[in-house]
Amino acid sequence: MELNGAQIVIQSLKDEGVEYIFGYPGGAVLHLYDALFQQDDVKHILVRHEQGATHAADGYARATGKPGVVLVTSGPGATNAVTGIATAYMDSIPMVVISGQVPSAVIGSDAFQEVDMVGITRPCVKHNFLISDVSKIAETIKKAFYVATSGRPGPVVIDIPKDMTSPNVKVPYHYPKKVEMRSYHPATTGNKGQVKKAIELLLHAKRPIIYAGGGVVLGEGSHELTNLAKILGYPVTNTLMGLGAYPATDTQFVGMLGMHGTYEANMAMHESDLIVAIGVRFDDRVTGKLELFCPYAKIIHVDIDPASISKTVKVDVPIVGEVKLVIEQLIDGLKEAKYKIDKPASDAWWKLIDQWRSIDCLEFDRQSIAIKPQYVIEQLYQVTNGEAYVTSDVGQHQMWAAQYYPFDKPRRWINSGGLGTMGFGLPAAIGVKLAHPNADVACVTGDASIQMCIQELSTALQYKTPIKIINLNNSYMGMVRQWQEFSYQSRYSHSYMETIPDFVKLAEAYGHVGIRIDKPEDVRGALEKAFAMKDRTVFLDIITDRTENVYPMIEAGKAHNDMKLRVAIGTSTDRELS
Amino acid sequence: MRHIISILIENEAGALSRVAGLFSARGYNIESLTVAPTEDPSLSRMTLVTRGTEDIIEQITKQLNKLIDVVKLIDLAQTIHIERELMLVKIKASDKIREELRSVVDIFRGKIIDVTPTSYVIEMTGTSDKLDAFIATIDKASIIEVVRSGATGISRGEKGLHL
Repeated sequence: MELNGAQIVIQSLKDEGVEYIFGYPGGAVLHLYDALFQQDDVKHILVRHEQGATHAADGYARATGKPGVVLVTSGPGATNAVTGIATAYMDSIPMVVISGQVPSAVIGSDAFQEVDMVGITRPCVKHNFLISDVSKIAETIKKAFYVATSGRPGPVVIDIPKDMTSPNVKVPYHYPKKVEMRSYHPATTGNKGQVKKAIELLLHAKRPIIYAGGGVVLGEGSHELTNLAKILGYPVTNTLMGLGAYPATDTQFVGMLGMHGTYEANMAMHESDLIVAIGVRFDDRVTGKLELFCPYAKIIHVDIDPASISKTVKVDVPIVGEVKLVIEQLIDGLKEAKYKIDKPASDAWWKLIDQWRSIDCLEFDRQSIAIKPQYVIEQLYQVTNGEAYVTSDVGQHQMWAAQYYPFDKPRRWINSGGLGTMGFGLPAAIGVKLAHPNADVACVTGDASIQMCIQELSTALQYKTPIKIINLNNSYMGMVRQWQEFSYQSRYSHSYMETIPDFVKLAEAYGHVGIRIDKPEDVRGALEKAFAMKDRTVFLDIITDRTENVYPMIEAGKAHNDMKLRVAIGTSTDRELS
Repeated sequence: MRHIISILIENEAGALSRVAGLFSARGYNIESLTVAPTEDPSLSRMTLVTRGTEDIIEQITKQLNKLIDVVKLIDLAQTIHIERELMLVKIKASDKIREELRSVVDIFRGKIIDVTPTSYVIEMTGTSDKLDAFIATIDKASIIEVVRSGATGISRGEKGLHL
């Protein structure tokens, strides 16, 4: 079969099993759009801004585990996509981005809408390609999908000059079933000797904890992680990216750790004598001050990426491999060693943890006449039976969603953890809804974040993706305001927006339902009403307490046992324990 | 400590900038960098001299290995190895010092490869230290131009860095 370059691209996507492609047309990709037009298998989702395309593809990828696919034009189309590519890169999300490029003959001549996309994206992709031969397109696309989805996943960019997709050049088409790359061999099982060393530590730990992150979600290792935790009887904490990797409603779960983690999770980390770190990267929001991080613990670190190991924190037993396979190896090793829970040590450890838990660090003022954002998330959890896919933007609302919506399943919590990209939530929710049309999809956002990709409300209408937007509206960039309150003597420099749009009218203008809520007693009803409207996107503009802060908080440069707790509750015991 | 990292990398457009970009993005320093195709034209051999603590060198080698284009690499500092650098130096050579210069060049086993009534071009190879030592013995004011290739290296014995 002879096809032209544009047809090859689209046919390759079909053969790769791509369901949706998120994009925006332009000069350099006109041939590709013409080929898209002449088929129905790959469905194109037209966004309103290329950043939205990357975030929507990203949301789709996070919710399904399948790679998100993006198509943008050269120049501004390509640069607009960069924020979304970097977002995916920081969170290791599989994504293939096809960008148009000016024709080969004029590359380097500052042609109209020319930008060095390969150069611009080099630091924020797992790999990128520039096509220079029509007959290499299919193989390159296969390689791109292979690299994006294997090992530690990540975004891959394929930059295609316009002449490569010209209808006039036809070559034989063959889409390879498999590709091998001599320079790329992702890890699989862990080194047996290292696993053995890890088992030794597991057998003798007195105050152990499992610290599991996004790698467990990405590596489909939740089931194995749960089994391991049940065998060991250890407490489990998840990172922001790992929420849902271990069921949050399970008694062994002590909550999220890190800057806004729970008191019990951070204290348990600090006091622990063995940390079993799985699919994590010891991010600075998790560790706090490195010199003070977990002073008593030996550390086992399981990760697919050797470069993640001992990058910031020196570990005792590194195991490079797929988390799922390594956890299975650990379970086998424990069985072989006839592991039994050390009852006295375990009881003493859990007693301590229960004391920390009794602080109830997530309690908040329930008598408030202003709507507390935490209350909204609690109600959202109840109304959706804990089964919703929740996307978020970045800031206070993100932390509250992470703290007050216990995720029992992986891939339900979808947020930009690494790059911290405001504007992520709405387009991501569209991608999630396309992947799971029958599931409840909520986008928890704030009045500042939502305005960064608000134009995608139009996309939500066009493709009938009925999502529920929970806008925690406090008229501030809440997290910026909180830091300014704590660290800059409440000098709220430019963190207040004097002109916030009427979100109800805005939602209606885009063809959706808008509801404003300003009393706590109306929250529940509004949520129920919103989720009952199965075929409508509903924008809930919820006016929340403007001065509410996220607690607990480990301020920058502090240790895990040095947390700022909410003052309103049981202050004396807080102080004694912290 | 100074490390010589020897890299086998796909001979493709952009491969060099991936390596250079990695160093600048992560704040590692490159003291010198040489690159040329190998006997297999699809592969390039890159020799990179850098300095850092053991932790930093470990991260550098891991991050380099993570680049898709990098096929293999070795930290020569961890093996017995031979290091060579090529230097070309143009020196003002007046009648008074021509003799003396020739004997210094001989001591360093260099070669004079271009002669004019007022100048020499000297070719010298050796470890970077040796080249430094030569420069240090020459009167600074007489140096017109120094061109150095940056260090390259190879491990001793029959083992090699290949596919």
